[in-house]
Amino acid sequence: MDVIGLYNYWIVIVLMMAGLYILIARYNLIKKMIGLSVFQTSIFYLYITIGKVEGGTAPILVDDPHVVYSNPLPHVLILTAIVVGVATTAVALALTVRIYEAYGTIEEDEIRAANAEEQDI
Amino acid sequence: MDQLPALQVMLPLVMAPLVVIVRHPKWSWALATITSFLACWVSWLLLQQVMDGSVIRYAIGGWEAPTGIEFYIDRANAGVALLVSGLSSLVLVYAYHSIQRTVDKSKHYLFYAGWLLCLTGLIGMVITGDAFNVFVFLEISSLSTYMLIAFGSDRRALVASYRYLVLGSVGASFILIGIGFLYAATGTLNMVDLAVRIPDSESPRAVLVAFSFLTVGLMIKAAVFPLHGWLLNAYHHAPIAVTAFLAGTATKVSLYILMRMFFSIFGDDYSFGLMLLNWVLLPAAIASFLIMSLVAIYQTDLRRMLAYSSVAQIGYILAGISLATQQGLTAAVVHMFNHGMVKATLFMSVGCILYRVGNTHIPSLDRLMSRMPFTVVAFIIAGLGLVGVPLTVGFVSKFTLISALLEQGWWPAAVMILVSSVMATAYIGRVIYLMLFREARGSTVTSHGYREVPILMLVPMYVLLALGLYFGIFGSQTLSLAEGAASTLLGGYQ
Amino acid sequence: MKIYARQRHRVLQVITRLMVPFVLMFGLYVQFHGDYGPGGGFQAGVIFASAFILYGLIFGLQRTRRVLPPSVLRWLMALGVLIYAGTGVLTMLLGGNLLDYDVLAHDPLHGQHWGIFAVELGVGVTVTAVMVSLFYGFASKR
Repeated sequence: MDVIGLYNYWIVIVLMMAGLYILIARYNLIKKMIGLSVFQTSIFYLYITIGKVEGGTAPILVDDPHVVYSNPLPHVLILTAIVVGVATTAVALALTVRIYEAYGTIEEDEIRAANAEEQDI
Repeated sequence: MDQLPALQVMLPLVMAPLVVIVRHPKWSWALATITSFLACWVSWLLLQQVMDGSVIRYAIGGWEAPTGIEFYIDRANAGVALLVSGLSSLVLVYAYHSIQRTVDKSKHYLFYAGWLLCLTGLIGMVITGDAFNVFVFLEISSLSTYMLIAFGSDRRALVASYRYLVLGSVGASFILIGIGFLYAATGTLNMVDLAVRIPDSESPRAVLVAFSFLTVGLMIKAAVFPLHGWLLNAYHHAPIAVTAFLAGTATKVSLYILMRMFFSIFGDDYSFGLMLLNWVLLPAAIASFLIMSLVAIYQTDLRRMLAYSSVAQIGYILAGISLATQQGLTAAVVHMFNHGMVKATLFMSVGCILYRVGNTHIPSLDRLMSRMPFTVVAFIIAGLGLVGVPLTVGFVSKFTLISALLEQGWWPAAVMILVSSVMATAYIGRVIYLMLFREARGSTVTSHGYREVPILMLVPMYVLLALGLYFGIFGSQTLSLAEGAASTLLGGYQ
Repeated sequence: MKIYARQRHRVLQVITRLMVPFVLMFGLYVQFHGDYGPGGGFQAGVIFASAFILYGLIFGLQRTRRVLPPSVLRWLMALGVLIYAGTGVLTMLLGGNLLDYDVLAHDPLHGQHWGIFAVELGVGVTVTAVMVSLFYGFASKR
């Protein structure tokens, strides 16, 4: 098994785990969002890796019939996923802004403490 | 007539920007409601067409299936689409008054536009025949759901929405990874084509990874027991109309995709034979309905109690799926529909209480019967349906489920279901007792009498209740429809 | 966010004034050359919006809002989706399937051309409007 040759997948794995770790371990809502973005980016990278054809160039049609192209379909899919990721980030940031306005903090443990006080009323 | 599948998705999608342009609160509500009813009518027509077991394949852009994206409609998903659009229509009628209490008037149009987009996403997820399209529609519905939840009246709704966003995005990303590996292993995204190509894929390991990621991702979206963390706060703090809509549809749609994946794409030999999935799903299902029912008994807030009970009910559906037999799947499909209707009715009646009483704290419901009789009667009948009393829909599905379990000889699981039904009796019965009999302890509560809620809130609630009773009394109709759906799912793609 | 006062950063202001038309032009190029080369609605929309965002960063939110008021943005957002969806509905009305561009012109090739043109235009308009309104939304907080 060619371990070094599959370095793309190693990068994907490292990024994915780093993203998930930040997502789980950090209490700051913005940092969580960074983690989610890193996590999603690793998936984009996975798709691009899947679409790579050895010796293939960017899938832009040229007249030479001997040119090998990479598979354009994963690129198209991931363009959609990137847009979805941007939308998710935007919604999350907007929520964070409103949470900050409502609670005065974006630390999850402080928010939880504030909620716990409120619960009994 | 040929264009119906496309219309199903395009109707709400076209109307959402129109609602944004119209902007007037009342008109945007009217537009959204009419659209939803039209979508419901379209899905009814579609169900009529596929009732005999035929299949509609609609190629988008005229590109035929393996190349292009298609809508794939058969008995299994036409019913789910009807459930989604039907519930959306009824709850939208109900939402008119309910929303005015929680959402600022200047933002109504955004609320209804978000609702229509959510409807687009859910229907699209159900009827699409393309694996990647599932992800796209899933995200359309999820993003608008986050927005709808954040409309909740108090600030905790924002946190609930954020939490759902994080977990939902992780779930959706897992699904995306799964689809990526499936594409890498088979070179296709079309579901029918996937089902053909998976058995002789060159890399079984990639298929295995795809299967695992898809299962976990969809289980997060469906709020299956250990992964249900987002659901409780989201249901509790969202505007009650949104809760009623989501409780009836969002998790059900994810469960439908789960079934489609297990049985149609991978095939039950792979999912349950090779992967031994029932040893994962059944414990999760049993834990979910036992633990969640137990926790529900101790809740002091009506909305939270019903949220816990929702997770428990998802456990029943999952138990039916984990059997992987015709009868088990029938039970799962029936319960999916029944629980959708019952839970939506319950949340609607809770919304009526919220509208008049101002909170859903259970101790403040003393002798509510004398003040809001119609709401309380609806709550009681739907509550009995949740427990599974004969003549209600709950009975039909629980009976089918238990007999399916006994057929397989899994009688301990059947006993567990009975135990959890007793618990359900406890938590529903406690509330009913308070509403009917208990004298108010504080003098403040009785001093101002509550009136009944506006007629526009009562009518959709009672329509849904009547439907529930109808399907409960004439249970064989639902059963035959569900049997058809189950055999379609089990049979895979033609 | 600190919005720079008008009198300061003269260099930035002059450079921005020079840059904005070219950014807009490049956005249009990416939009309309998308049929032949790399490009399309998403990318063009973002580039087009970035011109307004740059202008907003340098000259302040007030002046940008006068150029592109939020109410117009709301219309544009809806309009873009409507162009996209309208193309789909039009193809259905003309007898094809959803987004089947062949029916848009007598020659299927031209039909495909027109169809993708309209759809990408819709995408571009919406993306521009959404990006700029995101910028407005976040920049106007304190």
